[in-house]
Amino acid sequence: MPIAVEIPKEKWTGRIREITLGATADEGGTRKKTVTVGGESTLPFLTFEGEIPNPPVVALEIQDRYPDDWSTVLKDAWGDVLNDPAAWATRAEEYGADIIALKLQSAHTEGDNTDAAHAVDTVKSVLAATGLPLIVYGPGQPEKDNEVLVAVAEATTGERIALGNCEDKNYRTIVAAALANNHLVIAKSPIDVNLAKQLNILISDMRLELDRILMDPTTGALGYGLEYVYSVMERLRIAGLTGDKMTQQPMICTVGEEAWRTKESKVNEGVPTAWGDWERRSKNWEALTATTLLQSGADIVVLRHPESVARVKETVASLLAQ
Amino acid sequence: MGLSGLQIYKLLPKTNCKECGFPTCLAFGMKLAAKQVELSACPYVSEEAKAQLAAASVPPIRLVTIGTGDKKVEVGNETVLFRHEKTFFHQPGLFVRLKDTLALPEFEAAVEQVRDYSVERVGILLGVDGIAIENASGDAATFAKYVAAARAKMEQPFVLIASDATAMDRALEQTDGSAPLIYAATADNWKEMADLATKHKAPLAVRADGDLSALAELAEQVKSAGVENIVLDPGARKPHDTLVVLTQLRRLALKSNFRPLGYPIVTFPGEDFESEEDEVVLAAQHIAKYAGVIVLNHFDPAAIYPLLALRQNIFTDPQKPIQVSPGLYEVNNPTPDSPLLVTTNFSLTYFSVAGEVEGSGKPSWLLIADAEGMSVLTGWAAGKFDAEKIAKSVKQFDVLGKISHKKIVIPGLVSVISGELEEELPGWDILVGPREAIDIPTYLKTWN
Ligand code: B12
Ligand code: SF4
Repeated sequence: MPIAVEIPKEKWTGRIREITLGATADEGGTRKKTVTVGGESTLPFLTFEGEIPNPPVVALEIQDRYPDDWSTVLKDAWGDVLNDPAAWATRAEEYGADIIALKLQSAHTEGDNTDAAHAVDTVKSVLAATGLPLIVYGPGQPEKDNEVLVAVAEATTGERIALGNCEDKNYRTIVAAALANNHLVIAKSPIDVNLAKQLNILISDMRLELDRILMDPTTGALGYGLEYVYSVMERLRIAGLTGDKMTQQPMICTVGEEAWRTKESKVNEGVPTAWGDWERRSKNWEALTATTLLQSGADIVVLRHPESVARVKETVASLLAQ
Repeated sequence: MGLSGLQIYKLLPKTNCKECGFPTCLAFGMKLAAKQVELSACPYVSEEAKAQLAAASVPPIRLVTIGTGDKKVEVGNETVLFRHEKTFFHQPGLFVRLKDTLALPEFEAAVEQVRDYSVERVGILLGVDGIAIENASGDAATFAKYVAAARAKMEQPFVLIASDATAMDRALEQTDGSAPLIYAATADNWKEMADLATKHKAPLAVRADGDLSALAELAEQVKSAGVENIVLDPGARKPHDTLVVLTQLRRLALKSNFRPLGYPIVTFPGEDFESEEDEVVLAAQHIAKYAGVIVLNHFDPAAIYPLLALRQNIFTDPQKPIQVSPGLYEVNNPTPDSPLLVTTNFSLTYFSVAGEVEGSGKPSWLLIADAEGMSVLTGWAAGKFDAEKIAKSVKQFDVLGKISHKKIVIPGLVSVISGELEEELPGWDILVGPREAIDIPTYLKTWN
């Protein structure tokens, strides 16, 4: 006798905000295409009870100086373009990235300490080299971030670049620059639901529209804090779907940076043979960090290895293919 | 699903006689709901109430054991959909599939490889749980021979894959009552397979493709034939389909308390994919979202190790980081003039650092401060690993009773505390070490 099975469905009342990165000539920018993320009214990939109008996307990270500290696996995969951010951006586009995430590493005060004018030149050359929308990160030092990002924002008015990172320490300056020049911001908070929400509130209090705020709940790599991030993201996503307006921002995860920092990805000497082949292992490290965070609600994953792009995009496609 | 205190109260005698040691039946019911007392403490509870309470306390997803002895694998008995709601309890068993069409020596070598695979992470040994042997030859005698050969080599549990009941029976004869998972009972063969499961006291997988009501019916049928240890295969193989059906099954069990499908689930992430790269990504998805048993087609340490790390992550209790005991640890037999390094008692941090110090070969002292299980920066940001705490640990663990110098290496990530630490530890040299543990061996070479 057949047994009746009634599938329990969630009736979410909230929806994640849609955010568009980049602007075409018609819209006041120079991008050949724009990328829209968010808009979900269901948990990741569960299209049987809600909509996912915009599948998660992949950004490739590039830097404005040769990344000496990167794993050899990465350096070998990219080759010469690592010396030239514009060439690097073009190559990243060829590999299928949806977005270019440029980190202005050379501005770091303990490194080359390049100035705002240099940052502007770099960003302009990258804009010229690719038609994709841009994310631009400062060197990760609040004061220096302010200095270079403000200059970049002013020099690229209308491009809808996502400026990162806005943290509780320095969000004001960057938000003001985004507001004045039609850009977006990335609000980054340390793996905590309330802090993420709080920062979104502070930023929107400055009158930046919520559809111009991406949130970065902080990423931890596989084996190095992934589980905390995974759960905080699930909680944020559930809060958003339950109707909490201040947690409905699409989420971005800096997967490549974290995954390629781990010992597993960085070294091959003196490690247990049980870790397996270095190159395959480190590529799996990045891919698994990315795909696991996609399960907890990531809308943008920022990757480093060129091959990860196709792999993660195929995963997204197969997770949506009915 | 567990009953509330009030629901339990309705089943109690409601006489408030206090013999259970609680002032009222309601108070006792509350304690029962919180699982802080045993029902037997009340001498007056009726048989009928006992039966009802027992039925209600059956876990919504049955705990199923595959294999016997030390290496057995327990799966199921999960209570939440999201790990932040409580925790996930039973990590999925990882099995590697081997076919009986391989040349026997090759097969045996593969068995040994899986058996011997072991890797340490945060002080815990991780490995593959067992093998799945498939009757790809279609021949019963060959299958039995390969199963016997594997049994002779390993104690880890098996999954036996065959559709023919006779072949399954002969293979089961070779497993010494070690309760392998029988895969699978289908609409065509469930009677025979259920008999085998009973005869060999082994758990049984049931498979019905694409139709949960057929799957539920099949599970009920084998249950009524006396099999209780059931594992489900809803037949989905593609990423979207498995995510959806595994989520639906978990919800049916936990939210709808739907008994006919309250069992762990087996998945085959490599079955729809030729490529190992796709398999590992899908296996990772199944670890996060709801598999009980995962049968892999490939065995590559470069994929197994990340999967084991992921499984460990997802199945860590979110309320309790894995920790080590604070104290002064000896690495490589230090003497009083050996270097002293300090870090936190978060297992991940401790093992990252201890592993590098050990690997450097340099005799050293490792001071582990009680940072309540937090990493260096988390601990610092939370005020659990600061100058004061480090200074306190130096005294608490009598560091100066064991070492003859006053130099302490702090993690590079907290270089900012060196000034404060100089104040807390007057007369000490505060040395700032590298930011990443992997650079410790090089650093220690220059230490003097
Ligand atoms: C997972 C995580 C958490 C988890 C806790 C994990 C745990 N058990 O510690 C949770 C979610 C609970 C958490 C909470 C918080 N976190 Co937190 N967290 C992280 C995260 C993602 C990873 C940390 C980790 O596990 N690293 C891995 C371990 C192994 O690293 P480690 O301990 O530093 O050890 C390495 C090195 O330091 C070195 N090393 C270690 N010891 C030694 C010793 C010597 C002598 C040497 C030479 C080297 C060395 O070797 C190791 C390997 O290379 C990081 C961000 C990131 N991606 O790294 C943020 C991070 C550490 N957290 C941060 C913050 C601010 C917090 C909170 C204060 C936020 C808040 N206000 O709620 C809370 C504090 C906790 C509380 N109040 O309860 C910040 C710290 C910022 C700063 N620079 O001060 C970070 C950096 C995130 C950020 N960018 O903002 N966090
Ligand atoms: S012993 Fe039983 S009947 Fe008496 S108070 Fe306790 S629960 Fe009620």
